[in-house]
Amino acid sequence: MVSARSVSVTPSSLSYTDLPWIVQHREDRCTLCGHCTAVCPKEAIYLAYRRQRMPKLDVLKKSRGNEYRTFVGIRQKTTMANACIGCSMCAMVCPNEAIMPVPNTNEHRTLFFNNQKGEPNKRGGRRNVSGPTLLDRIMFDRISMLTDPALDAGRHEFNITTTLGRILDPAEFLKRQKEGGWIPPTREIFPFVIGSMSFGALSPNMWLGLLQGVAYCNEVLGIPVVMGTGEGGCPPWVLKSPYLKYIILQIASGYFGWDEIIRAIPDMQCMPAAIEIKYGQGAKPGDGGLLMWYKVSKLIARLRGVPEGVDLPSPPVHQTLYSIEESVMKMIQTLSTAFDHQVPIYPKISASTSAKSVLNNLVRNPYAGGMLIDGIDGGTGAAYNVSMDATGHPIASCVRECYLDLVTQGKQNEIPIFAAGGIGKNGNVAQNGMALIMLGASGVHIGKYIMQAAAGCLGNEKNRCNVCNVGICPKGITSQNPKLYRRLDPDLVAERVSEVFMSINTEIKKIMAPLGRSQSLPVGMSDALGIGDKAVADRLQIKYVC
Amino acid sequence: MCRLALKTANTPFSPYEVLTAMEAMQEGYDGSGLGLLLRGLDFEDFKYNTKYPILSGIAHTEQAWSRLNSFMEERGFELKYDHEFETIPSLIEAKDRFRYFLRAYKMSADLESKSQTEIDEELMLTRLALRRNGEENGGDLTAFSFWPDVAMIKEVGWPLEIGNALTLNDNRIRARVCMAQGRQNTNYGINLYACHPFFLQGIATMTNGENTAFVPIRDWLLGKHFPGYTGYQSDSEVFAHILHYTVRQLGLPLETYKHIITPLSTKELDAHPQGEFLKGLRNTCRRLIIDGPNAVIGTLPDETCILAMDQKKLRPATIGGRDGAWAIASEMCGVEAMVPDRNPAFDFQPMREHTIIVPPDRKELTIWSQHDPFPLPQAA
Ligand code: SF4
Ligand code: SF4
Repeated sequence: MVSARSVSVTPSSLSYTDLPWIVQHREDRCTLCGHCTAVCPKEAIYLAYRRQRMPKLDVLKKSRGNEYRTFVGIRQKTTMANACIGCSMCAMVCPNEAIMPVPNTNEHRTLFFNNQKGEPNKRGGRRNVSGPTLLDRIMFDRISMLTDPALDAGRHEFNITTTLGRILDPAEFLKRQKEGGWIPPTREIFPFVIGSMSFGALSPNMWLGLLQGVAYCNEVLGIPVVMGTGEGGCPPWVLKSPYLKYIILQIASGYFGWDEIIRAIPDMQCMPAAIEIKYGQGAKPGDGGLLMWYKVSKLIARLRGVPEGVDLPSPPVHQTLYSIEESVMKMIQTLSTAFDHQVPIYPKISASTSAKSVLNNLVRNPYAGGMLIDGIDGGTGAAYNVSMDATGHPIASCVRECYLDLVTQGKQNEIPIFAAGGIGKNGNVAQNGMALIMLGASGVHIGKYIMQAAAGCLGNEKNRCNVCNVGICPKGITSQNPKLYRRLDPDLVAERVSEVFMSINTEIKKIMAPLGRSQSLPVGMSDALGIGDKAVADRLQIKYVC
Repeated sequence: MCRLALKTANTPFSPYEVLTAMEAMQEGYDGSGLGLLLRGLDFEDFKYNTKYPILSGIAHTEQAWSRLNSFMEERGFELKYDHEFETIPSLIEAKDRFRYFLRAYKMSADLESKSQTEIDEELMLTRLALRRNGEENGGDLTAFSFWPDVAMIKEVGWPLEIGNALTLNDNRIRARVCMAQGRQNTNYGINLYACHPFFLQGIATMTNGENTAFVPIRDWLLGKHFPGYTGYQSDSEVFAHILHYTVRQLGLPLETYKHIITPLSTKELDAHPQGEFLKGLRNTCRRLIIDGPNAVIGTLPDETCILAMDQKKLRPATIGGRDGAWAIASEMCGVEAMVPDRNPAFDFQPMREHTIIVPPDRKELTIWSQHDPFPLPQAA
């Protein structure tokens, strides 16, 4: 044994087995092309020269000695900054299947060191809890035996759109109709909305691909999909294009991009689908948006009206306002007026035990066009790990409570509730979304699922990848570095977007047909839901089945 | 599947005629119950004044019967006529039937002097109070309707047997409109109140089918906090309440009912002369959109009868007749049995977009298509 001082060991020293991912490299296959080291977003691997001593003993000549062999190979770095994230890009580019990351099945140590320089862990992605979600466990069990002939998802006509925007009570509608009063604007949209991901968080190619896909869904497939911009504005050419009608513009506490939007109003060919006022986000309640300096490129800086290369944290609250009541009221009214009362305006809040009070506030605000609740499993481009993992409220019970609250007031048709946060976390996007709809949501927003399904995002809840915050996205989805985002072909993203929505469209019908529903989206059809967990069933007021 | 039969004629007829028509449609039917609604009443032994509300229901025990009497008295209703059914109890499956009642009352002078809306409300509240009274006493009192010129009978068993048990063939009671439904067990349990037709403030409907959108519709109607929107032992009860809401609460023309329960698609509305208004109506009444296979048959206080189909026409229904007498049935043989002296070539099976309206004069029927414009209140 040697003294500890003769090897370099510090408190933060780690070895391969301390890392979450271990890179396995087969020297016998490696051609030393260097592709893997070039592609690795973390610079986690490097080409290394090694020398091997081979002791040599010639008994006849009575001589001892050594021979040395040199060889090259790929080695993994063990520093925190370069810890492998398991993205597998190295494996993807290797011409000889010589390299791949393998998850460390032992407990790894990086969890204790991801606060280097006193900075807590920040990342992208969502709450790192894997396994079936509550939504995954909900069954649609009220099969319509009396439906004769049974509905056929392939043959019959299904009406599966939903309404976004304030809806008047029938009596009030007729009164205003007669008197020529203001009828709040509404939109007939597909119930699965591409949730707000900003131009800034997403790369230009990703954003373009999404928009192209959305336009294709609307104009060719006849599926009226809309998408949110997130905070950070919208490219001027989109603002002045006929595609604006597929876009929900978001205003958040940083107001980024709104100079550009307001200036573009006179030139708009059509109105946007809606305006979303972001008060909170499920992934990081109490935190404003965050675009880290790595991603503030020239283009982003111009769009947002800020200098290049600085961190862009949005404040946690809309600073100019005194209380949420005042804020909601004033902002909704102001924005409604700015768009000539022709665009639905709704707030987005993070799911919380206090969501109902915001909702009741909206019920009394005649300009409020809905409410979006984002649950704890929602994704984000950048946030503190502790916010993502431990702060927030699951979506299901929050939506259910809010819906039932509206039901007692008879207002469930007037303020549509949209739900977000963890829909499609395990791929069951239509099932998860329809479960929320039957619990009372008028529709759902999906963000991370779209990144995964349409652009091949590698992130997961075992903390694979999740480096969206630092601009090194290996797929080019969340990077502003042209070298990276050129990897993403917008046309292929658009193609995947249309495939995803075609498939959701069919799955919705496959869920509705056996329930005997085809005329309208089964919002609040809680009699169709069952779950094999008594406590959850009681809480959600659905059936316990086993 | 439930069997439905409606007959409407200028000359009052015996409800037994409709029951025999239902016999013609017996195939594939389990005979689990009968619901009967009579309108435009004519009694053999009483000159009926159509201002008198008629209370119909069942007292299951003697105590309930006496409670009913004192209840009505206390509420200021004076008994004018008590129709005593000649009953043959052995033909009735249920044993706890002390008395079927069908009684005409005179309203108190105080009530009579009130506005029509107030009177209508009081009649409804009286019926609901009686119903609650029965429910609080172990279900010993069942009140089906309390309304001028309307009588209702509901019972479990084979329809014709029930008719025989109540000797409905003795012509002592006749009506100009008779709605009958042979009820099949539904997945919402057997309950006398769950029998069609459903009735609220003069408006009645019956349906064969399944309303799969029942729960969200019920939740919405309950949220209106209108006392009559209650019950919901059957998924079809909401059809009557939606018709009530359309015609009475919103004051919309009868045609809009179809636009509320089965609105046209956006594409169809784009081509509709009243498309903009109808899109707004569809939005605002979105929670009243029905679903599943249903043929809805209804009657209004002025003796108008309607028949509307579900949006996909997944249930059959036929209408036929002649000037003065019309029949609607879930099967063609039912129409034949009710109005044999008609030209069957003019029998009509409405399609998905149709509402058939037989106006009170019963001369001709109106086949109204949802794609056609309809009279709207000014400016709409
Ligand atoms: S898996 Fe990704 S991070 Fe890990 S070594 Fe390969 S390329 Fe680098
Ligand atoms: S692939 Fe890109 S977007 Fe997905 S988790 Fe990795 S860095 Fe984030």
